[in-house]
Amino acid sequence: MSYTEKELKEELNNKSYEFGFVTDIESEKAPIGLNEDIIKLISSKKNEPQWMLAYRLEAFRVWQKMSEPNWAHVKYTKPDFQNISYYAAPKKKKELKSLDEVDPELLRTMEKLGISIEEQKKLSGVAVDFVMDSVSVATSFKEKLSELGIIFCSFSEAVNNHPDLVKKYMGTVVPHTDNYYSALNSAVFSDGSFCYIPKGVRCPMELSTYFRINESGTGQFERTLLIADESSYVSYLEGCTAPQRDENQLHAAVVELIALDKAEIKYSTVQNWYPGDAKGKGGVYNFVTKRGICGYRSKISWTQVETGSAVTWKYPSCILKGDHSIGEFYSVAVTNNFQQADTGTKMIHIGKNTKSTIISKGISAGKSQNSYRGLVKIGKGAKNSRNFSQCDSLLMTDQCGAHTFPYIECENPTATVEHEATTSKIGEDQLFYCMQRGISEEKAISLIVNGYAKEVLNKLPMEFAVEAQKLLEISLEGSVG
Amino acid sequence: MSELLIEIKDLECNIDNQKILQGLNLKINKGEVHAIMGPNGSGKSTLSSVLAGNDNYEVTNGSINFLGEEISEMSPEERSWKGMFLAFQYPVEIPGVSNINFLRTALNERNKYFGIDSIPAKDFLKMVAEKSELVGLNNKLKNRSVNEGFSGGEKKRNEIFQMAMLDPKLSILDETDSGLDIDALKIVANGVNKLKSSENATVVITHYQRLLDYIVPDFVHVLHEGKIIKSGDKSLALELEKKGYDWLKNDENI
Ligand SMILES: Nc1ncnc2c1ncn2[C@@H]1O[C@H](COP(=O)(O)OP(=O)(O)O)[C@@H](O)[C@H]1O
Ligand SMILES: [Mg+2]
Repeated sequence: MSYTEKELKEELNNKSYEFGFVTDIESEKAPIGLNEDIIKLISSKKNEPQWMLAYRLEAFRVWQKMSEPNWAHVKYTKPDFQNISYYAAPKKKKELKSLDEVDPELLRTMEKLGISIEEQKKLSGVAVDFVMDSVSVATSFKEKLSELGIIFCSFSEAVNNHPDLVKKYMGTVVPHTDNYYSALNSAVFSDGSFCYIPKGVRCPMELSTYFRINESGTGQFERTLLIADESSYVSYLEGCTAPQRDENQLHAAVVELIALDKAEIKYSTVQNWYPGDAKGKGGVYNFVTKRGICGYRSKISWTQVETGSAVTWKYPSCILKGDHSIGEFYSVAVTNNFQQADTGTKMIHIGKNTKSTIISKGISAGKSQNSYRGLVKIGKGAKNSRNFSQCDSLLMTDQCGAHTFPYIECENPTATVEHEATTSKIGEDQLFYCMQRGISEEKAISLIVNGYAKEVLNKLPMEFAVEAQKLLEISLEGSVG
Repeated sequence: MSELLIEIKDLECNIDNQKILQGLNLKINKGEVHAIMGPNGSGKSTLSSVLAGNDNYEVTNGSINFLGEEISEMSPEERSWKGMFLAFQYPVEIPGVSNINFLRTALNERNKYFGIDSIPAKDFLKMVAEKSELVGLNNKLKNRSVNEGFSGGEKKRNEIFQMAMLDPKLSILDETDSGLDIDALKIVANGVNKLKSSENATVVITHYQRLLDYIVPDFVHVLHEGKIIKSGDKSLALELEKKGYDWLKNDENI
């Protein structure tokens, strides 16, 4: 790209900020549409430094030259990117010192989701950072973490308070040129989380962020950057859900994980965006780019339970660069009604003796389509690398679809790559067996499905696993046919 | 005085428009053991499925009165809560669901139905220890997934273990003896005998009179083409063993 920082400065100097704000009682919202002015607006709203704006504008230029990918096994009406508002912030409130100061409306929403703050507070080890419509409104346990030198804050704060770390790592795992949605995110990202674990520190609690979309027609573009310095450890939980909406909502997040030598990152997600109604109307489009890079003897585990969204496009991946590094992907993806999911992982083996494990459990109900797409790539230098993949599909009805697209590229003959795949239909005989023992059909389905997904659910932290089980139950209500 | 537990009248049923049970009558009182014998395909498993409420079978005629209530339209789980138990001929596997979790869910669901609190973990585990000993269930199997990777014999034992846990009013054992060696057979029979009381009844479906040496029936019925064609006492089983089913099929005076 020919655009330079110098040119940018010039442009900024010559241009006045003429951004009209749509401000109502609840939130500040950018006018719909996407152009350089909007990007400058976002950047200025967040008081960003020059370099951040330059990065955004560069990404925007790249994005404009790209076209939306259509290789995934999903069908949907492409979003009109000029018909979305790219920025919404809750009314600026004073800094919150404790959870008691959180907006009661937000508390009520959390309660409805079964993840009440009261509950969260009781779970001693959990620091919660709420992201409400793009801007963090509350952060807890911050002090305790900072004693250990751990930085856990919103992305915007990090841009201003820890620019060196952000500059050094942002875009190194998911470059803005990576794909259509990551380019878009890099241009317009609203907010997200930033986390840094210093050398040798074991983060004593699960770091947790709950996201939600609460403004109709507002795209969500979170950006998460998580750096585990040498020999450190962190477990990160991400959970999100959206209240019922009638129009499609776009969600295009970018998550970058950096596990330096001998570090370990566990990243767990329970995703429950609004999937649309039973007729397939509405629902969130979820196009996520998640990727981590492993240094020497480091480890990244992705665990995800995906039950929401109308359309999901998501491949949490690991670049196993360091020798002896380990990548893991454990996934349960549920689709019901008219949902479509194309999800899986990429394991890129570069270092010697690298190891990856993929366990994918798809559950399809209604008329939904559920695809696993996975790439295992063994580079030339990845001597003695190993991969094991297991992709299971469970069908709840005759009208749904399950598809498996495994891609294996192996350039080193000393590597071992194993792939297993099964497809089964939930058995009437299993259901009858349970019912004969006094377990109602609904309960039996949840029992069987949870059993099927157990290998993955077991990888989730305890509290999250319970929540995930509940979610599976709700997602599959009345789904056998 | 004997008290009626279940009465089946003129029961007829279809599967895939094929008539299987064709006018079956059977009356069982509390405290009794009934054996049902009959050639392959005569409808023994069908009868047990229909009694348990398997929706794949369409009841086209007749009635099933269980504890004073017509249950033909009742859901399988409600029948279970009221005391119906079927030890399956082919117990299914439920991967990832531990035996213990399965039974705890079953008991709690029943408690919920009767408005009783869930059973405390301590009491539940005590009960598990007691009942598994009764049927000689290997300790390890309790925490394994329901029937997954169990041998044929282990599956059958697990059925009786579940029966012990649920303490049913009417237990139907569908060929529980098949696949068991003589030692396992004795253990299972012994378990069933211990569970017998004046309040419950047992239906033993079997091909072999061998089992009936251990679980002694008060009545023996012969099922043929979806009907009970002969009933008698234990000696009928012995006679069948000697002469085969053809003897009955040819007999005009059944
Ligand atoms: N699911 C089914 N579909 C069609 N026919 C069936 C089905 N189940 C059983 N049958 C038929 O019903 C008859 C009785 O079967 P079953 O009750 O299993 O006999 P038994 O247990 O006495 O050996 C057989 O002719 C069998 O083929
Ligand atoms: Mg049979």
